[in-house]
Amino acid sequence: MAIEVRIPTILRTYTGGAKTVDGAGDTLEGLFVDLDGKHPGLRDRLIKDGALHRFVNVYVNDEDVRFTGALETTLNDGDSVTILPAVAGG
Amino acid sequence: MARYDSLLGALGDTPLVGLPRLSPSPDVRLWAKLEDRNPTGSVKDRAAIYMIEAAEREGLLRPGCTILEPTSGNTGISLAMAAKLRGYRLVCVMPENTSIERKQLLTMFGAEIIPSPAAGGSNQAVAMAKQIAEDHPDWVMLYQYGNPANAQAHYETTGPEILRDLPSITHFVAGLGTTGTLMGTGRFLREKVPDIQVVAAEPRYGELVYGLRNIDEGFVPELYDASVLTTRFSVGPRDALLRTRQLIEVEGIFAGISTGAILHAALAAAGKAAKAGEKADIAFIVADGGWKYLSTGAYAGTLAEAEAALEGQLWA
Repeated sequence: MAIEVRIPTILRTYTGGAKTVDGAGDTLEGLFVDLDGKHPGLRDRLIKDGALHRFVNVYVNDEDVRFTGALETTLNDGDSVTILPAVAGG
Repeated sequence: MARYDSLLGALGDTPLVGLPRLSPSPDVRLWAKLEDRNPTGSVKDRAAIYMIEAAEREGLLRPGCTILEPTSGNTGISLAMAAKLRGYRLVCVMPENTSIERKQLLTMFGAEIIPSPAAGGSNQAVAMAKQIAEDHPDWVMLYQYGNPANAQAHYETTGPEILRDLPSITHFVAGLGTTGTLMGTGRFLREKVPDIQVVAAEPRYGELVYGLRNIDEGFVPELYDASVLTTRFSVGPRDALLRTRQLIEVEGIFAGISTGAILHAALAAAGKAAKAGEKADIAFIVADGGWKYLSTGAYAGTLAEAEAALEGQLWA
């Protein structure tokens, strides 16, 4: 089962510069474990004290995962995951 | 009564208009709150005037004072108008990748602009403004990201106006920047309409804007309280442009690009309600008109050309 994950510029040191990588998992947590196997260290940058890092936003099909179960958010084949740092708007 | 002692009095009480052609069915209706009908043409007039009046009440602002604010545009323009009428000097810290119209308007209103680097977007503007504030302790930074008067403006005006005009409201959709509109309006509506859904549409910019050196340089506005929201969508430039164009083509409303992002999230909520066979009255914010974005290329050529033209710009 393939899930496309978009990686922000500041985390591409972990993906050899790749903007998107493929991963697998039934949940976001599972996906991050899978990604960490291929790109060691990536998971540590996304998770702090067992929860999503305060300044990391993750979207599944454009919806913020903090409103869909956070790390327990379920994933399906073909889902698109976007990781972005939290920045100011306004 | 539509007569006011000065422009400042003409704040708010904006029209809420139905979108019969974009609404999926007579049971699932979309309503646009035309915030471009404010004194300087954007929703930010509400926050700006409330923040200035709160600072005056607290004795922070006295005639002749200098106001400092990090802003990507609309808040600066609103503050510049109010500052001019009230006798303050305004210094804006603004990312250099914002539209030329915003810079020209700010300058015309008499504001001074300190440009911040394009890379890092508004984060850099906020960081720079905080540094400048330290160097000028006599300047007053209203700080829209953390000033309770920003959200309070919407709690006291935007929320009550929407509920008065649409008592059957089921969804409220707005853009997420400082979070003031969503926090203030959302809190008010949650108190009055128990099952209301409060939906945030967050613009997703090109990579340059997310060019932080480190995740720990990230930023979440102090005003933000996730418990006010039901959900939050990230909307990229393509969808925002598509909806901005649809709004003018189908309903005749000429709005800015961030409104396209908001409409995209509103249409998703509408589609979901229609599919579930539920009735819905969905109110969303038209944050400003399209005038200030003509030079970005958003309204000319194909969607792909417009999307390419927006790359690297702060379009919301």
